Order: sequence, then structure tokens, then C-alpha cells
Amino acid sequence: MATVTNPSTVSAGSLTAKALREATFTAVMTFFMFVLFIGLKTDQNMRNELILVPRWGLLATFVAIAFFGRFAMVAWLQPWRAASKAAKDAAPADTSDAGFVKRNFSKLAILALVLYPPIILWLFGAQGSLKYIDNFGIQILIYVMLAWGLNIVVGLAGLLDLGYVAFYAVGAYSYALLSINFGFSFWILLPLAGILSAFWGIILGFPVLRLKGDYLAIVTLAFGEIIRLVLINWQDVTQGTFGISGIPKITLFGIPFDASPHGFAKIFHLPMSSAYYKVFLFYLILLLCLLTAFVTIRLRRLPIGRAWEALREDEIACRSLGINTVTTKLTAFAIGAMFGGFAGSFFAARQGFVSPESFVFLESAVILSIVVLGGMGSLTGIAIAAIAMVGGTELLREMDFLKAVFGPDFTPELYRMLIFGLAMIIMMLVRPRGFVGSREPTAFLFERKSVSGSFTKEGHG
Amino acid sequence: MTAETLLKVEGVETFYGNIRALAGVDVEVKKGEIVSLIGANGAGKSTLMMTICGSPQARVGTVTFDGQDITRMPTHEIARLRIAQSPEGRRIFPRMTVYENLQMGASLDNQKFFNEDVEKMFALFPRLKERQFQRGGTLSGGEQQMLAIARALMARPKLLMLDEPSLGLAPLVSKQIFAAIKLLNETQGLTVFLVEQNAFAALKLSHRAYVLVNGSITMSGSGAELLANPEVRAAYLEGGAH
Repeated sequence: MATVTNPSTVSAGSLTAKALREATFTAVMTFFMFVLFIGLKTDQNMRNELILVPRWGLLATFVAIAFFGRFAMVAWLQPWRAASKAAKDAAPADTSDAGFVKRNFSKLAILALVLYPPIILWLFGAQGSLKYIDNFGIQILIYVMLAWGLNIVVGLAGLLDLGYVAFYAVGAYSYALLSINFGFSFWILLPLAGILSAFWGIILGFPVLRLKGDYLAIVTLAFGEIIRLVLINWQDVTQGTFGISGIPKITLFGIPFDASPHGFAKIFHLPMSSAYYKVFLFYLILLLCLLTAFVTIRLRRLPIGRAWEALREDEIACRSLGINTVTTKLTAFAIGAMFGGFAGSFFAARQGFVSPESFVFLESAVILSIVVLGGMGSLTGIAIAAIAMVGGTELLREMDFLKAVFGPDFTPELYRMLIFGLAMIIMMLVRPRGFVGSREPTAFLFERKSVSGSFTKEGHG
Repeated sequence: MTAETLLKVEGVETFYGNIRALAGVDVEVKKGEIVSLIGANGAGKSTLMMTICGSPQARVGTVTFDGQDITRMPTHEIARLRIAQSPEGRRIFPRMTVYENLQMGASLDNQKFFNEDVEKMFALFPRLKERQFQRGGTLSGGEQQMLAIARALMARPKLLMLDEPSLGLAPLVSKQIFAAIKLLNETQGLTVFLVEQNAFAALKLSHRAYVLVNGSITMSGSGAELLANPEVRAAYLEGGAH
């Protein structure tokens, strides 16, 4: 559809006419698209007959939303964006150093995260803080870690993996089974779960070495499903769909978080509360996230990380430069999977319960969309995307006031996927390379010179 | 002059499925030579280049480099023997900067000679120095070709293989590229094996050349000989080649 690029040459009148024209067209399109889906509903009457229930009012609402939405976009939003873009181009290039906040963004973000639990505890008290630390804090950080792990495979090495949740599951079940059956502690099982997941990453890696793009995606998707089906059907070990419950909690180097005389609260003479455990879990997952970020940043500067990125760019060129693409791919799969395994064992310990239901394809899709939305390869962007997507879901659960508007059986979190989809479409229109679309170079000869995202329009990656 | 043989291709046949792309090719490249391979579209020039690099591998015949049989070696191991290849279509890394692209070229020695060599490359192609912070994908075609050659040279190759270095370039730019190749050969004794559609420029540059037709070598000789050969002139120099 045509976009208004130069508002000054288009008079206000013709703009309105154009907006009206496009809005009408959109409304007609919407009418035909939704007339069968929304306008007519099939139902059963008392005599068990199939009848058509017309819903013209709802259809009219949809058409009206499309009409006004398109009108507002053409008449106001597009001229406004064009004007602000023109103003930005006209302004002299900002060559001065970026602001303090921008320069130290990651340090400030880490500081904020470290201070987050005490502030929340102080604001809401021990009981009230649980929701914020657990649902928002820990939940989001798990996804940040998963997305950063997947970023190594998808963002750096460019291998589209739709079955990442399989490694999450391997990590979770490794911890669950080994801790229950053998009584190992979390601190032994965390690295072990990572190693086991990495091992499965290599097992997945071997058959898919020759595949790329869509073919690779399909096979990884199948791999994720195979792991889930094994978990469901291998009932002797995994207890199938019932899942495994009673998974031991994590201890602080041997100090358990319970009401016993050797518990954390008693030793430090604090009043008994479950908040300590949550705060502890928060710091633990934060540490694991930072480990992931640290390893990713370091690896990017090492030959193996550079080889991953080169592999993403051009596999044939890699081989002609003497890079062994087999080991490069396998290490990407293994290291990405390892972080998935870490996150999985943390997840199992935090929930105290694992079942195959936690590891469905939708989880892989959510993790992948976080990576894509954030801008592949960018740690900051991915973290922001994780906060927006996972935090957004949690926020939807909180929106009880919407029940007053839409009736008592309205559950906002059911609209999660619809909102995800919309957010995805809008992001891809506005910022097709994700929140942070430019790739930070890793090597400099003389000085760090920023390379703006405008240099990277050729559409790869 | 009886220089040592560096690369020897003997009776090589390469297939794509059941289609025979190379039908028993013999090619020899001696140390310090520039050898070019000319031929029409679809003659198998790039296939021969890729067969030497092991992808696809020859079904029949042998490829020997520096006395070592490389016919069945995987591509990356062949590259480690210091056969640097600038593949067809340049294949630089578009989202990496020029500098990072050159770094990738020096992966074989783990960047040991990087600082020394990168200065040499910048001296050879000053344009790359100007553009070192820019992403590879934003360079012009000629600059990308320079980068592809420079990246290949960063591996300190014994043999440089160039597939269509003048493809899609303005005549002046391709002239610069050929001048650089000649300079490298004369000053450093670099051995070059060149696949080229621009037969005139290639023959003028080369010590020796081969003509490839439908997967077999039909003629060979010095560059000057082939330039004077009426058949070659008719087929590749006077409107015969496209």
C-alpha cells in the first residue's frame, strides 16, 4: 500500500481523501475476510440441529476498527512518522558521545536488577513481594537465559532451531530424576545437566549438519517433539504426563530454606518467610544469566565465536578459509544446549515439579520470538524483548479490572497469543531487525567507531 | 625454466548426480606461475575450481598439491594446506566489517601474522583501509572483490585460486584487480590459478592458459600463444564469448 513520504507536497485535503479511500478499502477487505469467521457462527439448537447464529454487531465492530485504524494510520501516523524522520535527517548528525545512561546501559541494568529484590521487599513486605520477585523477576530471567542460550545457535551461528525447548526439558528432567533417585545436590547437578544437554545438542547436531534454513528448522522441530513424546511415553522413568513432583529445593551451600533448626531463617535469626528462598532464586538465576552473557561476549571475540558468525554469513566461504564447519556447528549446538540445560535444571528446582506439558512447541516458539524480536545476536535487545513478552504475559494475568468491562468470564491471558502476533507484526513493520538491529563489531584496529544500523540494510541474517 | 609443479590435476571427472561436468581434465600449475582457465558459460570452469577444493570431489582421477594427494580431502583441510580460494560471487561476510573479514582470513595461523599482513593488504588495496570499519555488504562490487582477494591472501597462501575476479566489475576496476594480481606474482612469486570469462585480460596476464570446452581441455599454451591462436580468437575474443 502506498505510503505518504513527503507530507509537505500533499495538501491536508487530499490526505484526508486518500485516508478515507484507503480506510474504506480496508473496511471492505475486513468485511469479506471476517464475514464467515465472525459474522456467522455455527451452533446447535435444542433439537441438536446445526444452526447459523448471525453476529452482525461484532462484525460491524471489526469493520469499524479496521476502518478507523487505517484512517488514523494514513491521516496522522504516517505523516507524523515521515515528518519526524525528515526532522531527524535534517538535524546535524549527532557525533557527540552518547549519554551516560546509554553508554553504561548494561552496567546500570545489572545494578537495577541487583537492587530489585530489596526494593520490592521494602515496598511490598515479605508476602506482597512474592508476586513481583517470582512471577515477574524469576520468570522473566529464566526466559532471558533461554533466549540468550538460543541466541548462540540462532543469532550467532545462524542455525534456525525450533526445538530448543528439548534441551530445556533435558536439563529439567536431569535435575529432577537425578536429585530424586540419587539425592545429588543442585550444585552437582547443575553442571551435569548442562553437560547432558550439551551432549543432546551434539546428538541433534550430527544428523542436521548438512541441512540449513527451512530443512534444519523442520528437523529441529521434530527433535523437540521426539524428546517431549519420550518424556510422555517412557512412564517407568518419567512418570509420563503425571510428571515428577517433590523435586528437592536448592540449598545455599548446604543451608536449606525451611523451618528446621538448620534452616536459613534460624541460622540468621530472621523471621520465617518464604520470601528468602525466592530472593535467593532470583539472585541465582540472575547469576546464571550473567554467566550466559559473559560467555557469549567472550566467545564472540574468540576464534570459535568468530567462526560462528562467519558461518551464519556464508558457509562456503568459511570452508574455503579453512574453518571446519562440522565442529563449528556442533559446538554452537552444544553450547547453546548447555545453557538451555542450566535453565532447565533451575526451572525444575524452582517449580519442584516437572511434566512434559512445560516443554511444548509453544515454548520453543516463544523463546525464538524473543530472540527475533530482540534483534538476533544482540544481548540487550533480547533481554528487552524477554521483559516485554514474558512480563507482558504476567501483566495480562493481573488485569482483573478488564473483567468489569468484558464480563466475569473474560480471561485476559487467553489473548496472549493474539497480542504476541500483533506485536510481532508491528515490530517487523517498524523495526524489521528487532529492537537492537545493528551488530556490534568485535574487532577494531585503532579505536571503537560505531557502525550504525543503516550500514546493514542488505537484508542478511 | 623448469619450476616445480605445485598443483597437478590428472584425469579428473566430476559428476553432478549422473551428469558429467568434467570429462577427464589434466591441468598443471607450477610454482610462481599465473595460469588461467578460459571457456564459455557452462564449460565446467567453476566446477574444476571447486573440485580442486574438494566440493564436489572428483569421482575419477587425482588432484595433487605440493606432492600430496588432496582428491578425497574435505574442503577445510585443503584450505589448511594453503590453497586460498576466492570463490565465485566473492562470498565476503556481509554483516562483518572489512577488518573482521580480514581477520577471518587469518584464522589459519590464529592471527599470528595478522597485524603485519593487514598492513600489506591495506598497502595493496588502499580502498580497503578507508573502508575498514564498514560492513562488507555495503562495499561496491570492486571493493568486495578486493576484499575477497585480500581475505584469501591473509591466509599466506602457496596457491591463490580466483574464480571470476572481474565478474560484474567496471573495466577500470577489473584492470586494477588484474594489476594487483600481477604485482603479487612479480614481487612475491605468488602462484595464481585463475578462472576467467574475460579471456583477453586473462590471457594477457597469464604465463600459461587452458581452454575448457564441455568439460575437457581442448587447448593449452602460453598466454601469448593462445592470444594469437585464430580458433581462440574466434571463439573467445571476437564476440564469441558472452
